[in-house]
Amino acid sequence: MAVVETRGLTKVFKQGQLGAVNNVDLVTHEGEFLVFLGPSGSGKTTLLRMIAGLEQPTAGEILIGGAVVNHLTPRERRIAMVFQSYALYPHLSVYNNIAFPLKAQKIKKELHRKKVEWASSLLGIGGLLDRKPRELSGGERQRVALARAIVREPTVFLLDEPLSNLDAKLRASAREELEQFHKRIGTTTIYVTHDQVEAMAMGDRIVVLHQGYVRQIGTPKEVYDDPADTFVATFLGSPPMNLLESGEVIVGFRPEHFLPAERLPEGSRVPLRFRVTYLEFLGAERILYGSLAGSRFEEKEVLSRLPAAVSAAFQVGSVYDFGVASENLRFFDRQSEKRTQPKAIVW
Amino acid sequence: MNPAEQRAERRGGASAAPTGGEKPRARGPGGRWLGAAMFLPAILYVVAIIGIPFLLAFLYAVGDVRVGSVGYHFVGLQNFKSVLQSPAFRRSLTNSVIFTVGSQALVIVGAFTLALALRDKFRGRGVVRFLVMLPWVAPVSLGAIGWKWILDSLYSVINWVLVAMHLFRPFDAPQWLGRPTLAMLSVILVHTWHVLPFSTVILLAGLTAIPRDIPEAAAVDGAGFWRTLVHITIPMMRPILNVALLFGIIFTFTDMTVVYILTRGGPYDTTQVVPSLAFFTGILGGDLAEGAAISLFLVPILVVVAYLMLRVAHRAEVT
Repeated sequence: MAVVETRGLTKVFKQGQLGAVNNVDLVTHEGEFLVFLGPSGSGKTTLLRMIAGLEQPTAGEILIGGAVVNHLTPRERRIAMVFQSYALYPHLSVYNNIAFPLKAQKIKKELHRKKVEWASSLLGIGGLLDRKPRELSGGERQRVALARAIVREPTVFLLDEPLSNLDAKLRASAREELEQFHKRIGTTTIYVTHDQVEAMAMGDRIVVLHQGYVRQIGTPKEVYDDPADTFVATFLGSPPMNLLESGEVIVGFRPEHFLPAERLPEGSRVPLRFRVTYLEFLGAERILYGSLAGSRFEEKEVLSRLPAAVSAAFQVGSVYDFGVASENLRFFDRQSEKRTQPKAIVW
Repeated sequence: MNPAEQRAERRGGASAAPTGGEKPRARGPGGRWLGAAMFLPAILYVVAIIGIPFLLAFLYAVGDVRVGSVGYHFVGLQNFKSVLQSPAFRRSLTNSVIFTVGSQALVIVGAFTLALALRDKFRGRGVVRFLVMLPWVAPVSLGAIGWKWILDSLYSVINWVLVAMHLFRPFDAPQWLGRPTLAMLSVILVHTWHVLPFSTVILLAGLTAIPRDIPEAAAVDGAGFWRTLVHITIPMMRPILNVALLFGIIFTFTDMTVVYILTRGGPYDTTQVVPSLAFFTGILGGDLAEGAAISLFLVPILVVVAYLMLRVAHRAEVT
């Protein structure tokens, strides 16, 4: 097991162009499940590939277990990686796929069968060892890829969107399995995804990336409740945080905190009038689309997310008394879009 | 996606039309004849260029036709018998095998190496690719004549260099086309030079069809260059390698250009191959019947290769 660290890590693919990864500093904790989260093109995969040794950084250092590994080949870094496509060797049986890293690292032949059996039983694919990858379902392939990754007992585990090729139902169960799996082996794991639900559910900490920059590193609760800037505020959460500009600040509040006035304590609430223009019923909750009415923020579009417990009926076109508890307001600087101290603003 | 579509996509979508699950198209009146009419030129072409000569060759081979002779007498298998008894034929058959096996061994190894080198991007790759293609694009007669001078007994530049380097004394340099072993070697090398680009292009296409993830996964799994090559790349390339090899065998076994221009089968028939022997006997020697009989010996060999080729081409997809 080992800690992965990057210092000022930068990757520029074409000189003069924007970097794919810019000046990234991060340190994993021992045995942690760290998630790189960002939209496509945010540089998360490039960052992972540099850690794996598949991409040479333009600048900066990568350390694994305290030693700089920039000049080391992937095989010398003793990491394991699961690719988005799984990258199974199509001409080899499942057994030989899983045994390939053992052969490549010249581990004694007598140990191969034992280790392959250990890895395959851990993932419940012991019965598939004679099959070829093309005879497997998506979920089975993913497990073979995981088995191939753990069989050599790597110091660090890198996973590049391993669930994105699975259908929605399978993805939920595979996610849970992956979490269990990580708990059992306890190896430091870096997981790349663009899916915030995956990130929130699985990550011990989340690294939010945008255009090659780290926007925030924190636990799922921290990045959700205390976003460092407006990008994180709107990227995480579905629907995203409501943002209103007011002079030099942007004030934000989550749709689930924008509630009918009577559900909020009198003293600390900011009263707002809400004109409902559209209503979505989603079973466990309702999403109200609309705009503010009768304040400085007249016509500003906002969303409200009401749990099923709120039973009041709402009419499209009508105006209602809504509000936000003041502790649920978040403030950002309008210039830098970074988080700032709460300010008194005129509503 | 069904497998057919996947295949089409992997081939760069050149044949985007799905081959599976196609609905029978509604045919207008006369549609049946339109199809046949559009097919006809191709059939005529094949019959005229291949069918008729093949039939003629067969008729000649069982007759006694000579250039300038009139009339035709059926002689049965007489010509084949005489061909089989002729030492020149047996020698040329052996030579054909040596020529084909030798040049194809060099071509596959060389083309694979070139394809590996040309797969990765480097400065000037476009120029190198163009240069590699030249021997195939240039007319083979032109190239072979160039080689004839390069290997000439008096004016050979190779020998001039060898002499200048004091490796050989003047007038004692190798007779590239004049000694049996050297002549065979020269013919093999020049033919290799000529067909190498074709195999390179086929193998390069196969190599680029391997998803980039696979060699990367091998690298992360701890495999070095050789292990990746032997255990991953070559097995994945096997269908494409087979296609390249079978094409190469056909090109080589039926080809006589290089032999004809460089050595005319000499010295003493030591580089004579079956097609050139048929040409010398039938066309230049005027014994059409025996020439036809010799060339018909190519047919069973080529039928086997063609059959294998069709079977392999069917499965010729990477992964």
